[in-house]
Amino acid sequence: MLCERQFKNPKNTESILNKIRELSGTTGPVRLMEVCGTHTMAIARSGLKSVLPESVRLLSGPGCPVCVTPANVIDMILDLSQAPGILIASYGDLLRVPGSRQGDSLLTRRALGGRVESVYSPMDAIRLAEEHPELEIVFLGVGFETTAPGTAACILEAARLGLKNFSVLCLLKKTEPALRSLIEAEDFSVDGFLCPGHVAAITGSDAFSFLPEDYSLPGVVAGFEPADLLYSVLSLMQMLAKRQPELKNEYTRLVKPEGNPAALALMDRVFSPASSDWRGLGRIPESGFALREEYAPWDALKKFSLCPSEEKEIPGCRCAQVIRGVLPPSGCPLFRKVCSPENPVGPCMVSGEGACAAAFQYGVQ
Amino acid sequence: MCLAMPMKIDKIDGQTASCKAGGLFQDIRIDFIRDAKPGDYVMVHAGFAIEKMSEKEALENLELLEEIKNAL
Repeated sequence: MLCERQFKNPKNTESILNKIRELSGTTGPVRLMEVCGTHTMAIARSGLKSVLPESVRLLSGPGCPVCVTPANVIDMILDLSQAPGILIASYGDLLRVPGSRQGDSLLTRRALGGRVESVYSPMDAIRLAEEHPELEIVFLGVGFETTAPGTAACILEAARLGLKNFSVLCLLKKTEPALRSLIEAEDFSVDGFLCPGHVAAITGSDAFSFLPEDYSLPGVVAGFEPADLLYSVLSLMQMLAKRQPELKNEYTRLVKPEGNPAALALMDRVFSPASSDWRGLGRIPESGFALREEYAPWDALKKFSLCPSEEKEIPGCRCAQVIRGVLPPSGCPLFRKVCSPENPVGPCMVSGEGACAAAFQYGVQ
Repeated sequence: MCLAMPMKIDKIDGQTASCKAGGLFQDIRIDFIRDAKPGDYVMVHAGFAIEKMSEKEALENLELLEEIKNAL
């Protein structure tokens, strides 16, 4: 089916690895960053890091939407979950993420009597609102551009149904402004990017052309199977060896240069650009999405007059540096000692897609 | 949460499609997929199809990998 097996079991792995080794002689040490939680886990699962030459390092950037949501925003959600008559509907990943107090998460708030439901799709939250007219359903809209059009469609559906007990707390984020902020930071040291394939399915591969054009950095829009990852690393190494940075699309079976115009139109209809707070990167202008004025009745921020308190980080937790690729998970003093998937301190260990969880589970850096 | 899965559309009812994946059925939304029809493969993320996929494009993708491999 869809030649899937051939992407899972790349042919000639050894000869491709030899090519990468050969090219690394020309490039010298390189640091390649992926900015997608699914890439983090796919790379860890495939064992790619263990077969690449030591001089080719793969890093995780700000690609896990749960990990980049700051602690003060989680605190705000935790407080809301205790309000009478409110039911928080969230993707499962977010339930275990602690706020600024260790161990304080939506799961523990549920144990204390808060109404919290895990949903797979925003449409499940709509159904909850229809089934429970006595409750106010607040859907936590986290994610990047992959998730944004579905969230927009869900808000349109709520408007069509005239749902009065449903709203979205919009925490959606844009990839490009975060990458620009990361690249422009003083401690930035990355030589090329594996660009997120499912974000690009919506935005289009062209949306990442700013990497070579504005920063002379090569980028490859990559899929998620071992063959996709291996060939994308090879492609980045080829561009680095030739010193000819370009934006290439390796994931052509899904990603078009222009993306998905219907999805982009839907996002534009419901959302306008807004500044957004990122763990590790701070406040970035126009890096988030806000509901347009006409959809204000479904905007949880307005409906419940929500405003996060000042940012507070968890003592000792280095997620902010891990998210920027400045520190490997093992560089955090809490890693494996105090912080583990069973007892996570920071979001990078909580989320199944976090860099620390991947490093813990698969024993890689 | 960004995990996406390819699924095959079985039936369509308005903006909802019943899909097959690994022997299981699941209802998904196809709000931003143009001309979706039964038999199409789609990549599904958080309950929404994000894009169509085709056997032809998958084969072309494999050819592209060959090109990358053979490039200097």
